Formats: sequence, structure tokens, C-alpha cells
Amino acid sequence: MSFWALTAEEWSAIQLSLKVASVATLASLPLGVLTALVLARGRFRGKILLDSLVHLPLVLPPVVTGYALLLLFGRRGPIGQWLEGTFGIVLSFRWTGAALACAIMAFPLMVRAIRLGIEAIDRRLEDAAGTLGASPFWVFLTVTLPLALPGIIAGAVLCFAKALGEFGATITFVSNIPGETQTIPSAIFSYTQMPGGDAGALRLSIIAALIAVAALIASELLARRAYRPERDRP
Amino acid sequence: MIRFDCRLVRPAFVFDAAFEAGPGITALFGPSGSGKTTAIRLLAGLERAERGAIALGGRPLLDTQAGINLPPYRRRIGLIFQDALLLPHLPVRANLNYGRWFTPPAERRIGFDPVVEVLGIGHLLGRRTDTLSGGERQRVSIGRALLASPQLLLMDEPLASLDNARKQEILPFIEQMRDVFAIPIIYVSHAVEEVRRLASEVVVLDEGHVVASGQPAVVLP
Repeated sequence: MSFWALTAEEWSAIQLSLKVASVATLASLPLGVLTALVLARGRFRGKILLDSLVHLPLVLPPVVTGYALLLLFGRRGPIGQWLEGTFGIVLSFRWTGAALACAIMAFPLMVRAIRLGIEAIDRRLEDAAGTLGASPFWVFLTVTLPLALPGIIAGAVLCFAKALGEFGATITFVSNIPGETQTIPSAIFSYTQMPGGDAGALRLSIIAALIAVAALIASELLARRAYRPERDRP
Repeated sequence: MIRFDCRLVRPAFVFDAAFEAGPGITALFGPSGSGKTTAIRLLAGLERAERGAIALGGRPLLDTQAGINLPPYRRRIGLIFQDALLLPHLPVRANLNYGRWFTPPAERRIGFDPVVEVLGIGHLLGRRTDTLSGGERQRVSIGRALLASPQLLLMDEPLASLDNARKQEILPFIEQMRDVFAIPIIYVSHAVEEVRRLASEVVVLDEGHVVASGQPAVVLP
């Protein structure tokens, strides 16, 4: 059997990782933009508190974040019980729980990149749009958002890459169930615990690196396109 | 007719000025730090006065006693900045149409074609804003403000970042604007020759206060 022939379990780990990372990124993006906007532009009491809360997963041991998720979102946790009772949504030991864990772990990186993108905008452009009749909502939609697009793309890609690699919080919250919650990092971890698993671990590691590089290149291409104004058609 | 009377206290700076401006071009004249830009920002609604009142043609824009303070986008006052501040992600045509889009159709009294013709920017419409020269950028920004059909136009040192040749290129456009579109203009400058050429009235500011006002020939040094 050649080195590159992937087993069914490895395929499912790769597919699951891509699914978890995509859902984590897309689902947290609106909240990430909103949080970044509030942190970049807001002037209110408790801003430092919000800033610290957003950054908490970055400094906490991932296992602690995972355990906190288990306590809150587990089947007996207050939020988990409510979600199951009201919507029938179960997160613990499901791939959706893996997406939640990844989204929370990646959230600080995403918010930081978007915030930098927003802070780089010349605020006088927003003033100019306002004097031209645009309400704050329209200024956000037609000036702030498009000009922050490179930052938003960077934030989304960082989030995606971080979500692909998330291990500690995920394995604590949703364990390591092949086909349901076993992402690439968990699969690599299983291989390293297994006699003769070296080849598999190396194979998956190389694939993880390739996906990460591809994501970075894609973000670079997207960011270059973002600034090109639409051509006028005669 | 514009009535302006505002007070604003900043660390190491007190702005407290009142003036009136009629049709034509009224210049706010004075050295840097005299409060010209503060007056403009107060008029546009970008700065908040501690107390004061601003009325435009009988319509109150600000009245701190009555609790009135219209946000910039409701004031219908155009503002031309020193650097044109074109939206970099939109081509010239979309920049020109930006304010027009937010203007209710019934109040669009200034048409696209006459503005483009008067400002001589027809050949620029499809261009990206970062390919324009300084003078072209400023002409587009004047067009953009005009197309929102404002009831008053504020110009904050619109020529200060241009070299002399470019200044001579823009000055006739400003005169045309005053004459063709009949919009009252408040023009901020510290250049005597510009004010002398353009303005029918001058308000001289110094350290946040009005120190003189009247016709240019009388007031200017």
C-alpha cells in the first residue's frame, strides 16, 4: 500500500475538519465583525472587560476552555439543557460541538484581525459619507464594511486555520469519536498513541499543512481582489 | 440665509463665535488655529457645541436650548475637505452618484450632466480614484457634494493641498458653481488672494472669536 493511500477513517477526519472549520468560521463571522466594530469604535464602560472576555480563550489552557464548554453546553449544563429542551440541539460529543469549540478558540484571532482592518480606515471618509446624506447604517454598509474587507478576509482565514488545528478544547468538549468528532488533529493524536501509527500521523500532518497553506494563498488572492473597484460599463 | 452662534470649550481653546451669511460666497478668514475648521465642523454637525444655535434658511439645524441637533446626514450641507476624501473602493462615477443616491428624488435639483460638464470631468467617469491627479480629485469631490443638491456648501481650504497651477485650474470652477448652481458657499481659507477673488463677505476669526466682518475690500489687510 502506497504512503498516500488514505484510509476511510482518515478521509472522514479530513472531511470533518473542513466541515467543522467552515461552519465555525461562517457562523462566527457576523458576531466577529460586530465585536470588532464595537471594540474599534465604541466608547463605553466595560470595554476593557469585553476585550478581556474576547481574548480569554487565547490565554486560558485550551483544556480549561473545553471543560468550561462541557459545564455550560453539556447535556446537564444550563445552556446545553436549554438548547436541547427548546430546539432539540445537542452539542456535546457531536461535530456541531466541535465547531463551537473551534469557533470560540479562534474568535480572538478573528476579532483582532477585523479590528485592525476597521481601525485602519480613515474616519474622515465616514464623515464625508455622512455629510453626503448616508445614515450611520448606510455608512457602515457602503464605506466601513467594504474598506474593512481585507481585514475581514484575514480574520476569516485565521479563524479557519486555527479551527483546523484546534485540539485541546475540542477533545475535552466532544472527545475523539471517529466519524463524528475526530478531526485531523485528534486523528493524528490517535495515531501517535498507536504502535505503527507513524506513517499515518505524518501523512495527516502533511495534509494539514497543505490545507493551511492553501487557505493563506486563497486569502491573499481574495484580499487583492477586494480593493479593485468595479469597472464602469459604458 | 445662515445664522450661526455657537460656543465650544476645548482644553486650551475656547470657540465662541456668531455670524450670518447670505447668498454667494462668504469667507471664513484667519490664521491656523483661529477656529475656521471648528466652525465648519459645527455647521456640518461633525462637532457638538456646548451651547448654540444654527439655522439654515429658517430651518433649525441646532438649538441647544430647544434640544435640537440634526445629525450630519439630515442637514443637507455639503462639505468639501482639503484632501478630496473620495471613496477609494468606488470608481469616479459611483463617487459622484453617492450623495445623489441618498437625496430624495423630489429634492434632486442639480443634474448629473450639467455638473460633469461644468467641472470638466466627463473623461474621468470610468477611472479609479487613485489614478486621478490632485486637481482632478478635488473637482470630483466638488461634483460629488453638488450632486447631493445641498442647501449650503462648506469648503474647508479646498485649494490648500494643491500647487499654484492646480489652484488656477480649480478657482474658475468654484466661481462657476456659485453662479450656475446658485448655492450659498462658506469658504474657509487663510490665503488673502483667494478670498479677495471669490468672496462677497468675509468673517475674520482669531482665537475662536469673530474679530471683524464685512466686504473683502474693507476687512482684508
